[in-house]
Amino acid sequence: MTTTTPVMAPVPGEADTRGRVHSRAERAQKRLTSRTASVAAIVIAVLWTVPTFGLLLTSFRPELDIRRSGWWSMFTDPQFTVDNYNQVLYGGGTDFATLFVNSLVITLPSVVIPITLALLAAYAFAWIPFKGRSVLFVAVFALQIVPLQVTLIPLLSLYVDSGLAGSFWTVWLSHSMFALPLAIFLLHNFMREIPPSLVEAARMDGAGHVKIFFQVLLPLLTPAIAAFGVFQFLWVWNDLLVSLTFASSPDTVPLTVRLADMVGSRGSDWYLLAAGAFVAMVVPLIVFVALQRFFVRGLLAGSVKG
Amino acid sequence: MEWLLEANTAGHKFALMAIAILLFAVVMGGILFAVDRPKRVPTWVVVAGFLGPTLLLLVVGLVYPALSTIRGSFYDKTGDEFIGLDNYARIFTDDGFQRVLLNTALWVVLVPLVTTALGLVYAYLVDRTRFESLAKALVFLPMAISMVGAGVIWRFVYEFRPDQPGVNQIGLLNQLLVLVGIEPQQFLLTAPANTLYLIVVMIWIQAGFAMTVLSAAIKAIPDDVVEAARLDGVGGFQMFRYVTVPSIRPALVVVLTTIAIVTLKVFDVVRTMTGGNFGTSVVANEFYTQAFRQFNFGLGAALAVLLFVLVVPIIAYNVRQLRLSEEIR
Repeated sequence: MTTTTPVMAPVPGEADTRGRVHSRAERAQKRLTSRTASVAAIVIAVLWTVPTFGLLLTSFRPELDIRRSGWWSMFTDPQFTVDNYNQVLYGGGTDFATLFVNSLVITLPSVVIPITLALLAAYAFAWIPFKGRSVLFVAVFALQIVPLQVTLIPLLSLYVDSGLAGSFWTVWLSHSMFALPLAIFLLHNFMREIPPSLVEAARMDGAGHVKIFFQVLLPLLTPAIAAFGVFQFLWVWNDLLVSLTFASSPDTVPLTVRLADMVGSRGSDWYLLAAGAFVAMVVPLIVFVALQRFFVRGLLAGSVKG
Repeated sequence: MEWLLEANTAGHKFALMAIAILLFAVVMGGILFAVDRPKRVPTWVVVAGFLGPTLLLLVVGLVYPALSTIRGSFYDKTGDEFIGLDNYARIFTDDGFQRVLLNTALWVVLVPLVTTALGLVYAYLVDRTRFESLAKALVFLPMAISMVGAGVIWRFVYEFRPDQPGVNQIGLLNQLLVLVGIEPQQFLLTAPANTLYLIVVMIWIQAGFAMTVLSAAIKAIPDDVVEAARLDGVGGFQMFRYVTVPSIRPALVVVLTTIAIVTLKVFDVVRTMTGGNFGTSVVANEFYTQAFRQFNFGLGAALAVLLFVLVVPIIAYNVRQLRLSEEIR
């Protein structure tokens, strides 16, 4: 797996080659700290992995086994089945296959729309000089601190009044609106890094803003778009609050909402919960592992410069 | 019209999705085409084309609702009668809400501190080791899954079976307790400790974020600083305490405040694991319960405004620290 910052190979015995003499006590202490350090690192890594691993194994165990014994007994008595997945995906009452479609249908437009809007807005803020630009930008930037919760009640009544409530449109709209402040801020940061001379040159050639945007900036911004795209994809796919409020009708309900429901209503049916959880997790995990590079970049650009 | 609102087969839903994206593309394309006449069109028209749709959405989706919620927080359940500060008074005096506020405070203090400390130590420990990328990926992975998924994973870790002969524990934690000879516990039911067990889940989710940002900051420390300290005989813990930590102070502040804000708004973990029962509710969960389960819009609005108000000082601190660190540079 790749990370943005290149891993530096440790140079063994670097200090010693410089001719510095370490006392024996010093060296012993160093070895000790590095050993405790490794142990601590391994303990943390195990703590962070085992809970997920346990549920993953459980999702492949027969229902009765899950009730009778812990997942660790799988090492002594291996019994594999995919029945749980069949049951949770196609069984009546769970039907995660349909919910999977809902999640997908909710997520894609909720990623495409805000990115497009934010790109255009960020372009205007970065490259079109106009009166009141900085005030407006600060205002948009400041909107990032508005918690979602503050907007939900009025938005719901707005949607009900307009007859849109219960359709996909409200979820798409909401996710797009909520994503805009951060998206504009992030993409603006990336856009400012593009040398002004490139834009100036295009302008000299008589290109208008639209042409500059599409032909000069867009190709250079692909990594930034990918960074925010991954971010927004994970956020929408994994979201509970917005979907619970706007998309809980049977035709639109996504995986997260139903999974959370099931924890309440069928909290001890671990054969369903385990398989269901992994059905909900598989797409974000794939996206995440494949595009981690971009995600990390977006994370760093968003938080460190923030 | 109905076709656009009610989709109940997979094909229909995908078609609707395609239409939504296409419609959006056509509208935006139209706007851009209209403003793309260099030198003929005044700047404000171009700006309106690029910014207009966004500003419209922001006003409709964030500004108006926020103002409306602030107003609503001074009204009663149904929003008909003005009741002044009664909703707020109730939040700060009612016994149940005292518990909620206390829990929220516990979350906002513990999660950022523990997560940042863990992320920092881990980032430092695995820095420049052979297994760095794998080690980081393992801790980072919880960031990819939903908090609902994380809730399910950890509920299974905390799962309790009555302590009777012939009944095996299936939750990892209780099994470990049984192995060392302690009675199995109802981790999620016993207040006040259950709040701590929920906090563990949030730390587990957020540690990857802290680790990633701090790891990048550690790598950005100039090599000559580290080298100079090493030549002076500084090593191990002292290096960490006197060189690493001071060098990455700005990143530490950002991580702490970012996690504090995320934690303040945490809803999914509490909702999934206990539903806010057994004395584990927090402000964000209580907001949902009051507004959309009890249909007490006034009280829900007041809780939302409270969240808003609590976020502001954290952001202010963050901005101030950033300014300070820029001045030093």
